[in-house]
Amino acid sequence: MSILDSKIPEGHISKKWTDYKDHLRLVAPNNRPKIDIIVVGTGLAGASAAASLGEMGYNVKAFCFQDSPRRAHSIAAQGGINAAKNYQNDGDSIYRLFYDTIKGGDYRAREANVHRLAEVSGNIIDQCVAQGVPFAREYGGLLDNRSFGGTQVQRTFYAAGQTGQQLLLGAYSAISRQIGLGNVQMYNRHEMLDLVKVDGKARGIIARNLITGEIERHSAHAVILCTGGYGNVYFLSTNAMGSNVTAAWKAHKRGAYFANPCYVQIHPTCIPVHGTNQSKLTLMSESLRNSGRIWVPKKKEDAEAIRAGKLKPTQIAEEDRDYYLERRYPAFGNLVPRDVASRAAKERCDAGFGIEANDTMEGVYLDFSSEIQAKGKQTAYASGNHNPSEEEIIQLGKKWVEEKYGNLFQMYEKITDENPYETPMKIYPAVHYTMGGVWVDYNLQSTIPGCFVAGEANFSDHGANRLGASALMQGLADGYFVLPYTVSDYLAGDIRTGKISTDSPEFEEAENNVRDMISKFLNNNGSKSVDHFHKRLGHIMWNKVGMGRNAQGLTEAISEIAALREEFYKEVYVPGDANELNPELEKALRVADFMELGQLMARDALQRNESCGGHFREEYQDAEGETLRDDENFNFVGAWEYKGMDINQSELHKEVLNYEYIKIAARNYK
Amino acid sequence: MSKSGIFTSSLAKKYWMALTGLFLITFLVGHLLGNLQLITKTGEEGRRAFNEYAYFMGHNIFIKILAYLTYFSILAHACIGLYLAVQNKKARPKNYAYNKPGTNSSAASRYMAILGTILLIFIVTHMANFWWKQKITETVPLHYVENTTDMQIGQDPMTGAPVTRKITLQSALTTNGNYLEVAAKDVESGQSQELVKIKDTKLIDMNTNLHKAEGVRDLHTVVMNFFGHSEQGQPANEYALIAVILYVVSMFVLMFHLWHGFGSAFQSLGLNHRKYNGLIRFVGQAFAIVVPLAFAIIPVMIYLNR
Amino acid sequence: MASKTININLKIWRQKNANSKGSMETYKLDNVSTDSSFLEMLDQLNEQLVNERKEPIAFDHDCREGICGMCSLYINGEAHGPDRAVTTCQLHMRKFKDGETIYVEPWRAKAFPVIKDLVVDRSAFDRIQQAGGFVSVNTSGRTMDANAIPIGKAEADKAFEAATCIGCGACVASCKNASAMLFVSAKVSQLALLPQGQVEAQQRVLNMVKQMDEEGFGNCTNTGACAVECPKEISLENIARMNREYLKAMVAAE
Ligand SMILES: Cc1cc2nc3c(=O)[nH]c(=O)nc-3n(C[C@H](O)[C@H](O)[C@H](O)COP(=O)(O)OP(=O)(O)OC[C@H]3O[C@@H](n4cnc5c(N)ncnc54)[C@H](O)[C@@H]3O)c2cc1C
Ligand code: HEM
Ligand code: SF4
Ligand code: FES
Repeated sequence: MSILDSKIPEGHISKKWTDYKDHLRLVAPNNRPKIDIIVVGTGLAGASAAASLGEMGYNVKAFCFQDSPRRAHSIAAQGGINAAKNYQNDGDSIYRLFYDTIKGGDYRAREANVHRLAEVSGNIIDQCVAQGVPFAREYGGLLDNRSFGGTQVQRTFYAAGQTGQQLLLGAYSAISRQIGLGNVQMYNRHEMLDLVKVDGKARGIIARNLITGEIERHSAHAVILCTGGYGNVYFLSTNAMGSNVTAAWKAHKRGAYFANPCYVQIHPTCIPVHGTNQSKLTLMSESLRNSGRIWVPKKKEDAEAIRAGKLKPTQIAEEDRDYYLERRYPAFGNLVPRDVASRAAKERCDAGFGIEANDTMEGVYLDFSSEIQAKGKQTAYASGNHNPSEEEIIQLGKKWVEEKYGNLFQMYEKITDENPYETPMKIYPAVHYTMGGVWVDYNLQSTIPGCFVAGEANFSDHGANRLGASALMQGLADGYFVLPYTVSDYLAGDIRTGKISTDSPEFEEAENNVRDMISKFLNNNGSKSVDHFHKRLGHIMWNKVGMGRNAQGLTEAISEIAALREEFYKEVYVPGDANELNPELEKALRVADFMELGQLMARDALQRNESCGGHFREEYQDAEGETLRDDENFNFVGAWEYKGMDINQSELHKEVLNYEYIKIAARNYK
Repeated sequence: MSKSGIFTSSLAKKYWMALTGLFLITFLVGHLLGNLQLITKTGEEGRRAFNEYAYFMGHNIFIKILAYLTYFSILAHACIGLYLAVQNKKARPKNYAYNKPGTNSSAASRYMAILGTILLIFIVTHMANFWWKQKITETVPLHYVENTTDMQIGQDPMTGAPVTRKITLQSALTTNGNYLEVAAKDVESGQSQELVKIKDTKLIDMNTNLHKAEGVRDLHTVVMNFFGHSEQGQPANEYALIAVILYVVSMFVLMFHLWHGFGSAFQSLGLNHRKYNGLIRFVGQAFAIVVPLAFAIIPVMIYLNR
Repeated sequence: MASKTININLKIWRQKNANSKGSMETYKLDNVSTDSSFLEMLDQLNEQLVNERKEPIAFDHDCREGICGMCSLYINGEAHGPDRAVTTCQLHMRKFKDGETIYVEPWRAKAFPVIKDLVVDRSAFDRIQQAGGFVSVNTSGRTMDANAIPIGKAEADKAFEAATCIGCGACVASCKNASAMLFVSAKVSQLALLPQGQVEAQQRVLNMVKQMDEEGFGNCTNTGACAVECPKEISLENIARMNREYLKAMVAAE
């Protein structure tokens, strides 16, 4: 097993980035237009990277599979973005954000990266405000903050329940400006289907024009992948329907190591599954846990009566409710990190206290009545009414809640046909975010020189569990404040290279690969739809590589997926032609990669004989059901090297994590 | 961006629509006040008031400017409006197989161009009937009053008793508000004599050839005839009923045009404010009902009172 | 969730590609859960079509949370269907009756040509954005502190409301003139309401309107259909604000 070089600079943690930046190589402005950069993905990471590099004068080509860069999945982020601004004067600092993130990640993230993230977090907010991002404000005109899970300070900036949208539209406006100026060439409705390596370096991509079906070669001096997470391997997740692993996986197959694939975040507050035709799950933002209290009935018979429709949640008396998070974790209460909250919900439902009347009986309540009372009273007092009636309180309280979470409440009502102002929300954990991803060094460069990976697509900053409101921060930090420096440093060696030809055998080979794959699918004489296989894959993944995992299940999953994969290639039916808009074909190409990834995830989970963050091995828990980490044997990043179609051949490389500035400890939210 | 580009942009066109539309709205108020004299005052007093008003409208320099502005507004409003409507049609080359626009917008707002075109037709015929006659063909007679009196034409040489004959004196209303006798007619013999030479509206002294006064045209009678009165010896319009109906229908069209147009003009000019939107809508809709209704009542009353 | 199933008839626009002539085709779909979203219903239909070895219906979608603006569809004569303040992906089948015939068509506008079936090309919106929908600030991280300019909550809230536009194009689709005023004015308003955007306000509104005109959208006649059908309830006030901004710029432009 080789040791991976993470290229962490020397020096004190708080100086590393500044000193390092000062010594990176630069590309002079007159040389930049001679250099091409491909950015795949236009989410927060991709749009910000493309815009920044375009501003610098590089020749940027940006790709996304949606019809506009503005639709990248970052748009769906709801709750907020963290930044160590300490505007609320509650003791926040760069160090504390750094610490919270490392701890939240269950001590499985790289210190230097996380500290850099915390350092630039403040700049992100400045930058976004300058771009006209309308963050929520207080009456005095200054920026407002809220709390998120796993922290005891208020450092989350937000724009109602649409923070991701506002941030992405900010980044979109920046990239739009560069497109208008001609510095960025945008390729909408294009899907990257392979990475092209020339002389060991990433030198381009093969992309399919999704409208015409044309297979295109694009060359560049560097390729940056910002293609998001792979949660859709579970079929049902809170990710957008198009979110996929293909770009990252193709890079993996070309030599980029894939790190910690088993670290998946299951988000505690999503709307429960309603039926077999369900296509995706909807998140109810974590910010709701600021105001909502999570409970299930204390008595099993109450839970049964609720499931049978004989009792309503509002009829359960206060003393018969089990606010299990407040009970188990008094210090953090409802604001424990996501992995903890999700497992606690699963524990209650497994024990028979679930309240949802669906096939799986999985669901818990998220109740706003206490908050409505409290805020109603506060608002009444604030407006000089010191003797408000019960009705006034409730009315004012609802108004307060509406102001904060209106769009989420409306979304909930549209989906479930229930009014969450009157009756508690029903929620259940769902796959949400993937901490794992392409392994990158401190420069965000993968093991393929010239192939950089940023945003959710890389593995870098969140360890085994991501804290809420940190993905947006990471995406923008990577794109605005890290890549422009580290990519320039890499490109400094390329100023004399000249245009990369797309006529080389490497491009030829990659293009032929893609063409073969496509024609294989289209000529396959199967009978089942792509979704059919995707759903079955999701089923295996959720049951055996989901919230609770064990060695037996994981071993089964690996072979079950192998069998499914075989059946998929034999039995799948992909209608339509190659040279047209063909959504079924797009899906087939993505699911093919998910199959391989799913196996690797199971292998990685099987390898990691400990429980940490989002990775919960049932064999490794304490008496109270809390995770048992094994720092002695598993304090490393597991980075996998691809060795061919048989995932069992993939080779594990370890990057050992050194904690110099944070004392590694058991994670305690009690 | 070039300056001319700015002035031909879609938004600039909208400003023209709104400004001309609002101008036409103020014109409507003035026009209505004048028209109301057709029914508020009766007899010679009403006739005189109306004709004098019509004269004033035709000759006051200030009003003249307004009149040209009105012509310009109608032309500009109609031309730009129709141009926009054509462009808007082109912006959707293929229509929906199934569309329910009624769920999201008022019919008035959707049919502005059609309503406007009907209004244009109305305005053209309206002008042909009245304005064209008055201004261009100049076939509207002067405002005459006739007075038959026993006039002493001499003295009986025998008895010295006065000799009277029934004489009809025809006088024309002049612009300075007097009646000037222009002809006399012996009722029995039918002989008549001109006292003043009349050229167009000019009243000219027979002897001195001096321009004595300016006559006022009798638009009142034309209108009354048109809507079914026989008056001043002029026969009533045979098709008066149809005229009245078409007029009333046109006013309905105007009502719909204004129902949307009034508030719309404010929106086009950016005059939208939460505090005043309700007021604008209320005033606009009240205006849209009251003004066309008032216009419509006039011919109906004339017709009913024939 | 009271789960129930219904059987429906569908009349759906099919068009092979941009150059072919399309037509409305009829489909029958049984056992649709009323808890399904409209797009899940289409998934179900597509699954049925694939199983019959027919070509499934192409439609745009991604987040299925009403936020990416990718989904479209003119359903039963209305953009995003009969429900208010929702996108098609958030429209649920409980809004339809058993046995109902549902018409599904693509957005219709010259500026939004059909690519295939129900998929249209909305890149005109991107080009309008590129013409001026931004604040010209480079990324440096050295801009002034985010709290250096306080912004009144009321103004900030208004800017936010305008900024919630998802660029779906329902406004264009439902406007009888296929006008893009609501979309354009939302962006113009957001930036005009914030001090950061005011520096370039005049040039922005002139450039964005110019691009809007060039794209072949129709002219606004203030019918208000856009705001009614807009899934994000973008207010007509924004159009008025843009009219004001443009007037100001037109008078002052050099
Ligand atoms: C419902 C939801 C709510 C969330 N809320 C929060 C929150 O409140 N706070 C927070 O910090 N984080 C939140 N997250 C997480 C966060 O939104 C994401 O992790 C983050 O936005 C990812 O950004 P990204 O730029 O890496 O990728 P994405 O935004 O996912 O962008 C991926 C891009 O890659 C393109 N792409 C992908 N594959 C290809 C290909 N093969 N070819 C071409 N293009 C491709 C896509 O077109 C897209 O442009 C949330 C996530 C979800 C799902
Ligand atoms: C007395 C006559 C008329 C009055 C008072 C009037 C008034 C108005 C007003 C106030 C508006 C709203 C403008 C805006 O939305 O900004 C309007 C719109 C319109 N008018 Fe008229 N109008 C009159 C005659 C006509 C005529 C003769 C036409 C000829 C075709 C016409 C065609 C239109 C059209 C097409 C519109 C909608 C244009 C748009 O909103 O872009 N109108 N009118
Ligand atoms: S204004 Fe409304 S309808 Fe128009 S694009 Fe934006 S969100 Fe869609
Ligand atoms: S699919 Fe994203 S808004 Fe409907």
